Amino acid sequence: MLSAISKKTAEVLGAMLVVSFIVFLVLEANVEDVAVKVLGAYSAPDQRAAWLAENGYNDPFLVRYVRWLWDFVTLDWGQSTLFRVPVTDVLPQRLAATGVLAGATLALMVPIALVLGIVAGMREGSATDRSVSFFSVLTTSIPEFATAVFLSAIFVFWLGWLPGASTMISGFSITELILPVSVLTLYSAGYLARITRASMVEAMRSPYVRTALMKGASTSRIVLHHALRNALIAPVTVVMLQIPWLLSGVIVVEVFFAYKGFGTLLYEAALNSDVFLIEACAMVSVVVVVATQLISDILYRLLNPRLRVAVKPAGATA
Amino acid sequence: MTAIETRRTGLRVPAALKSPTILLGAVLVGVWVFAALFAPWIAPYDPLQSRAPLQLPMSRGPDGSLYLLGTDLLGRDILSRLIWGARAVVLWAGLATATAFAVGLAMGLVAGFYKGWVDKVLSFIANVILSFPVLVLYILVIVTFGASGLNIVLAVTFASAPGIFRIVRALTIDIAAQDYVAAAIVQGESPLRIMAVEILPNAAGPLIVDACLRLGYTTITIGVLGFLGLGLPPPTPDWGSMVNDGRPMAIAFPHMVIFPCIAISMMTLGLSLVADGIRELGLRHGRA
Repeated sequence: MLSAISKKTAEVLGAMLVVSFIVFLVLEANVEDVAVKVLGAYSAPDQRAAWLAENGYNDPFLVRYVRWLWDFVTLDWGQSTLFRVPVTDVLPQRLAATGVLAGATLALMVPIALVLGIVAGMREGSATDRSVSFFSVLTTSIPEFATAVFLSAIFVFWLGWLPGASTMISGFSITELILPVSVLTLYSAGYLARITRASMVEAMRSPYVRTALMKGASTSRIVLHHALRNALIAPVTVVMLQIPWLLSGVIVVEVFFAYKGFGTLLYEAALNSDVFLIEACAMVSVVVVVATQLISDILYRLLNPRLRVAVKPAGATA
Repeated sequence: MTAIETRRTGLRVPAALKSPTILLGAVLVGVWVFAALFAPWIAPYDPLQSRAPLQLPMSRGPDGSLYLLGTDLLGRDILSRLIWGARAVVLWAGLATATAFAVGLAMGLVAGFYKGWVDKVLSFIANVILSFPVLVLYILVIVTFGASGLNIVLAVTFASAPGIFRIVRALTIDIAAQDYVAAAIVQGESPLRIMAVEILPNAAGPLIVDACLRLGYTTITIGVLGFLGLGLPPPTPDWGSMVNDGRPMAIAFPHMVIFPCIAISMMTLGLSLVADGIRELGLRHGRA
């Protein structure tokens, strides 16, 4: 078990190293380009040359990459040209704001999706099952920006119950959080509900549930005691794997509602060619994805008794 | 044929027509495919022509022409833009998905058939790409290389090929263990022929389902990129960009954003329903 986890960790770190190299290659291979982006399009050529020399850009590419990677690891992420402050000054608070949004979404989405999935999977093929399936297809197929438009049309323009933007200018506000969280929840709940349903259906068909049924155990006991324990293994790991997916949705939702989080930061950085901020955002999002993959893998091994033994199953990658 | 046992994978068309899920999905998608094919004949006006600004739906302009879905800030007819926009979506989403599938198929077949170090290298590449959140990847590619149809194809291929690769690889490993593949190898058939004739047709069912879903994701991607202002360059009528353009005025003129959102939702929901229906049929016939 431990060796499996350390192998997975090594794999993941290897992938991250390659990703960091790609990010650096795409954004900093052309030093002339970096100078223009940092100093502006109207900077004089000798000014750029001086800046490049001063910041070690005349060194070989690989030397620069290793130095850049070291700076990243030691949290020296450079200066944002857009905000004119160190990247480490803007990024953490934006990340925390997105954490609030993502946390609220997970707190709402996970219980809803689990309940829907369990209720649907308990009776395969029933009317409840079919409505849950249709609901999940409907909500996951509609792009987030369209859901945001539809919900805003109803609750902001028509009913006038909720604010249409979530800038949080005058401090934290729960009402401004409702629409973004609802959009993200609708978009992500369907997938988790489907996974839960499938794994519940499988558990309900299993011999141990049939045995419990024939022993005359009550439905609630069968569901809670026998089926659920096994049916929840897959959803728990899927929740972790959904976080990267949520991160993509977060960018759209944050931009739509003008929420000052990590997503809008990355978007503004990209639109303004803020090289060092883009690099930091890209690396942070990769760290998030990789960390969730790793945690998901470990959770799956911990929860699934069949994988607790040291025998490595073929193709057991999360 | 050389195969000892041939598996039936082709879904019979009449069975598909009896599924209400597939039918509903096909109608939702069909409307826009029809619009894309016949745009020049069914669009009431030129999608780029400035006529009468900010007309509400079902209203008549000063010259008496009817605007079923209203006009935008620049006076362009929204219905005509939606119809021509369908052309952009069908063309670029189709092309991008096809390219991603070609790359993913080739990689997956080779990795699953040869295994060994080829598989290790290809799987590692796939893992690296999959450790990027998709949208971050798209934004990086588009911002670095610029917004154009071809760059969208490039970005989508880059981001979706690894996922397709994983599915094809798993299917190939499974099918390559079958007797009829062993028989083909013994007969001395070339690896290329085995992959194309023995393995690929037997993987078709799950791949068709995946293709429908991916076409939906790509449509969403193109919409999202348009919405973020990174889509097809103006003045190309593009649903996502229409939402982005109409957003500042959405409070007073919601029709400018609602209709493009309905159009894209019809398309993506339709594709999901078709995929779902086919998967259900496949399950009923005993295979996923």
